[in-house]
Amino acid sequence: MAIVTGGASGIGAASAALLAENGATVIVADTQESKGAGRFVQHDVASEAAWKALIADVLAREGRLDIMVNNAGISGGPGTIETTTVEEWKRVHAVNADGVFLGCKYAIEGMKHTGPDKARSKGSIVNVSSVAGLIGSAGPTAYTASKGAVRLLSKSVALYCAEKKYGIRCNSVHPGGVDTAIFNPLWQMVGREQGKAMIDAVHPIGHMGEPAELGEVVLWLASDRSSFVTGAEIVADGGMTTGLMRRTGFAAP
Amino acid sequence: MPRLENKTVLISGAASGIGAATARQVVQEGGSAVLADRDAEAGRGLAAELGDRAVFTPLEVTDEASWQAAVAASLEAFGALHGLLNAAGVGAPSDIEACTIEEWRRVNDVNSLGTFLGCKSAIDAMRRSGGGSIVNISSVLGLRGAAHAMAYNASKGAVRSLTKNVAMHCAQTKSNIRCNSVHPGYIDTPMIAPRLGATVGNMSGRQWLEALHPLGRLGKAEEVASMIVFLLSDESTFSTGSEFVCDGGLTA
Repeated sequence: MAIVTGGASGIGAASAALLAENGATVIVADTQESKGAGRFVQHDVASEAAWKALIADVLAREGRLDIMVNNAGISGGPGTIETTTVEEWKRVHAVNADGVFLGCKYAIEGMKHTGPDKARSKGSIVNVSSVAGLIGSAGPTAYTASKGAVRLLSKSVALYCAEKKYGIRCNSVHPGGVDTAIFNPLWQMVGREQGKAMIDAVHPIGHMGEPAELGEVVLWLASDRSSFVTGAEIVADGGMTTGLMRRTGFAAP
Repeated sequence: MPRLENKTVLISGAASGIGAATARQVVQEGGSAVLADRDAEAGRGLAAELGDRAVFTPLEVTDEASWQAAVAASLEAFGALHGLLNAAGVGAPSDIEACTIEEWRRVNDVNSLGTFLGCKSAIDAMRRSGGGSIVNISSVLGLRGAAHAMAYNASKGAVRSLTKNVAMHCAQTKSNIRCNSVHPGYIDTPMIAPRLGATVGNMSGRQWLEALHPLGRLGKAEEVASMIVFLLSDESTFSTGSEFVCDGGLTA
């Protein structure tokens, strides 16, 4: 039983499709309707009431929760430290940071009610951070700070669940530039072809990622194949943060 | 020559702990210190003790207008602004299950939003003063996880990433402003005072925290302050966007 927030598009949709293909019952929790894999539930990750209702509904229907993919996120505007308003900071943090905090908190609530039918691994929480959580130049200011919060939040959750012997793992995923709607503002600014060439150029592998490539990472972390992995930062960025970066003057979301 | 001669430094959380220790060293090193804090009594007292090159200004770090007033007060008192230390912070012993949304927001507002607003409010004044150095206090918990400090953990991760973003912006705009994060271990300050008297197994809270550090003791605020002075001074002009750890070997 899996919940994927932001599962209607991009990395979330690819993750939902792969989880479903591999035998999971998937709920796609999103603010926009999903036409892809899984059962769609209208959901605002920043609302605690929405989380309470979602987990109660999942437990009532399915009696269990095994996988939580906290993927919903927004890039916000292209604000720098000088131009980002308090309102923009709070809007981005409400989704990217508060949303993942609540997602973890209520995932644990749901997973604790899941029976101990698997000896070693009961639940897996996958939080989608970003390369912006690792390096400073990879996104707008509010977005970058929120992804840094997700990076460390994931470790606290991992250690807490380990200490409590809940059998719940928690890891963060750090994608580089992936071809999703998050880049729409850039495509609108410079055109898709030129924009894509700019993003391709900051990845040593020579191209930006496809959603399914991140879906595979999420699937692996969600599955028991990663049963010894917790509190880790899994980077899938085409080598972007591996070497000395070539600065193009463009900051990817 | 004093290391901070002719430099003015604005310090949030200056009334106690690392902020206060840094204010003392800034003045000792020939600089001027603007002590900003919500604790007016302690802040005014320290400013009076430090003499002519220290002034107090009230500051609520979560309020942008309050930050703008503090920057204006710095310019009014000393005519320029070259350094900013974001030292104001709150701890909270909360795990992912126990933490309420209200506590999550309180911790993140002070530690993360507060540091964001400090950087945002000071950059233009620093640029007009010819540039300078921003130091943000993160924590070892901005580098490593801790089960029972979830909201603090997240907020210090945000400060770590924010710092790099600010450093890159200032570099790209050729503002001659550097920005680095400092990651202290457990420092003997009012922030951790409530934990020292507690009991953990057969140890006091102090003994338990001391044992975390390979050096076998808590850090002193002065030890962190001397790292901050290095970062505020022109001794560190090629360092920006970096993580400076001061933790008695805790993360080694």
